Amino acid sequence: MSTFLGLPGLRRSTGTGSTATGAGAGTGTAGGAVADEPFGPVPHPQEPLRWGDAFPAAAKQTLANDQLRRNLGHATQVIRTKRAAVVGEVPDWEALRDAGSGVKEQVMAHLPELLEQLERNVTARGGVVHWARDAAEANRIVADIAKAKGADEVVKVKSMATQEIGLNEALAEEGIAAVETDLAELIVQLADDMPSHILVPAIHRNRTEIRDIFLARMGDAPPDLSDVPRELAMAARAHLRRKFLSAKVAVSGANFAVADTGTLAVVESEGNGRMCLTLPETLVTVMGIEKLVPTFDDLEVFLQLLPRSSTGERMNPYTSMWTGVTPGDGPAEFHLVLLDNGRTDVLADEVGRSALHCIRCSACLNVCPVYERVGGHAYGSVYPGPIGAILTPQLTASSGGVSGHGDPNASLPYASTLCGACYEVCPVKIDIPSILVDLRAREVDADRSRSGIDPWAAAMKAASWVMADGDRFALAGRAATLGRGLGGRDHAISVAPPPASAWTRSRDLPAPPAQTFRQWWRDEHTDPAAGPAATPKEQR
Amino acid sequence: MRIALAATCLADTLFPGAPRATARLLERLGHEVVFPAGQACCGQMHVNTGYFREAVPVIRNHVETFAPVADGEWDAVVLPSGSCTGSVRHQQAMVCRRAGLDELAATAEAVSDKTYELSELLVDVLGVTDVGAWFGHRVTYHPTCHSLRMLHVGDKPLRLLQAVEDIDLVELPEAESCCGFGGTFALKNADTSAAMLADKTAHVRETGATVLTAGDMSCLMHIGGGLSRQSAGVRALHLAEVLASTREEPTPLPATTFTRPERHDRTEAAR
Repeated sequence: MSTFLGLPGLRRSTGTGSTATGAGAGTGTAGGAVADEPFGPVPHPQEPLRWGDAFPAAAKQTLANDQLRRNLGHATQVIRTKRAAVVGEVPDWEALRDAGSGVKEQVMAHLPELLEQLERNVTARGGVVHWARDAAEANRIVADIAKAKGADEVVKVKSMATQEIGLNEALAEEGIAAVETDLAELIVQLADDMPSHILVPAIHRNRTEIRDIFLARMGDAPPDLSDVPRELAMAARAHLRRKFLSAKVAVSGANFAVADTGTLAVVESEGNGRMCLTLPETLVTVMGIEKLVPTFDDLEVFLQLLPRSSTGERMNPYTSMWTGVTPGDGPAEFHLVLLDNGRTDVLADEVGRSALHCIRCSACLNVCPVYERVGGHAYGSVYPGPIGAILTPQLTASSGGVSGHGDPNASLPYASTLCGACYEVCPVKIDIPSILVDLRAREVDADRSRSGIDPWAAAMKAASWVMADGDRFALAGRAATLGRGLGGRDHAISVAPPPASAWTRSRDLPAPPAQTFRQWWRDEHTDPAAGPAATPKEQR
Repeated sequence: MRIALAATCLADTLFPGAPRATARLLERLGHEVVFPAGQACCGQMHVNTGYFREAVPVIRNHVETFAPVADGEWDAVVLPSGSCTGSVRHQQAMVCRRAGLDELAATAEAVSDKTYELSELLVDVLGVTDVGAWFGHRVTYHPTCHSLRMLHVGDKPLRLLQAVEDIDLVELPEAESCCGFGGTFALKNADTSAAMLADKTAHVRETGATVLTAGDMSCLMHIGGGLSRQSAGVRALHLAEVLASTREEPTPLPATTFTRPERHDRTEAAR
């Protein structure tokens, strides 16, 4: 068996032979050209929170991927069903959601004090706390720690915060290989791909694709590897075990940090996270500043809410907690990097701040009918789905929570039918639909100062004038009835000019009726002798 | 009861059968229905698309038109639409307050307190589930997102349908999944919307139903538009049109998805 020497795909490098050629398939280099990608078109973003086309165009591309749609449709359905079953057996689920939401509100209201309390407690127990204003600062801190330890390879616990800052790519530029140890995250990394789901980053891949990725990129995968899940897991297990035993530095995120004890917590399913958290000499945890809970008791609420909402399990298999360092037990050195990266701007926003309540369970992704069809990559951010549609544009907004016309993230708040399924399952009751509507209003208002004619704005203005008055609306309705001849014998319009053509591409439009309702009503309620029975004007 | 009918802008213009049936049904149950002619639209489309400023005059017109219900001139306002009722209940006052119109917001809330979606009015306010309807067709019901998750109407519409004589009510698979309409979403994200619609129409067709019904004409326009394009032979009828149907005066089954019988239609003879 060949020995894998180590540097996983370098996303931004060109033509440097950055991929290891394993048994079998001769893979090309990850040169950035989509056409050369052996595992389908994968994004190679410069910015983890803003890549690719605006949502409608990006979604059009992913919708064309039949395999993706089948994989996603199946996977989201399975998780949805599991979640519904285990949530249904908790009699006080709604009370738990209220408690979770309440704790998070309390955290946001006292965030500065709680962060200082956390810092004091982590420091008192032998940890080192770093503050990072943005991605660059956070990446610098982690790279410097790894270099100081002489590490050219670090093992990683699955973490959204480090995805958000592009840590792996930043470390690679410094010659440090970051090895993802979460099975799904490893699949994504080996394929030089981007995650498409918060919890199940390789949800867009099926097991045959995973086998191909392992064979081509893992280096030490058995050449007769099948696509049986157990075999795939065993191959990854053998591959990763060597990494765990040799790594000097581990990097993790955190699900929770307890302010009053300085305790960090990571919940996971595989145990690979615990390997990282306990074996290497040095542990660096990168955590968004919103991940706090005030007291240890508060964990009770979230450790019930999170596993049931995310994996649909009653309890996750592994819950690791650590407080500073303990001589002779686990890492001898612990660094906590507290990451802002736009969060204080979100916190300052009265409406949008509840996006910071998110505990990254991904329940909203699994129930979202839009996500289910288009997948995560269409959102152009490591945070996809409904939560991504409110979190991403807020994190990247310039000021006042506005993305602005040229920013593809300005399209994210419109990537929803406002069906409300996300709000219904959110374990901390983030009212995602209302925030989406609010973010839409900001983009609209920001666009008002732009010169030139925006057809949407013009149409909305005209519609506002017509719809603000019963008489004007009645007139418009009468005018519409003149168009009844547009439909054929089936009263349906199948071809229409833009913008209605976006509708008629896949749906018919009803032809207007011969009479509007109000015309019929007036006729019905008119007594020929006495004049109109209902006197509309006096009721206004 | 004296009930003011808010026809909704969409049904008033494109689907008059729905508000007609609402009026017919409530009158049959012994109530007086009035139609305040000043009404136009609740403002939902503007609000949901982010045009709050343009929504204000639309909301003002709706609130002022229906303000008499707050003074007791009418007992209730009925809206045969889950999403419009949702907008009245959850958005109108918020948008008014944002615009600094606190007084209008207060009136909007007072009107909203007496505004009911059709199944809410029938079951919660009027206390009926058996409305004495007859409808001898195979029907499947799409619960519509805003009725389900914004208003929480629960199984009220289904209970009303189950009580209809001779109805063959069949369950819609994945009923609670959105049809992909989402107002301007259907235009702004037409491809995604169409993908959602394809799954919804497939489920509707699976049931073998002759009639698809729902409490919201906008969703029915969308799903019906897909069914019509596919020549699926499934008619889209509003819940009110099913409930208004009786043995003596049955709601006729339209020839195609969107055809509407035009009672007192003076132009019909000329056609």
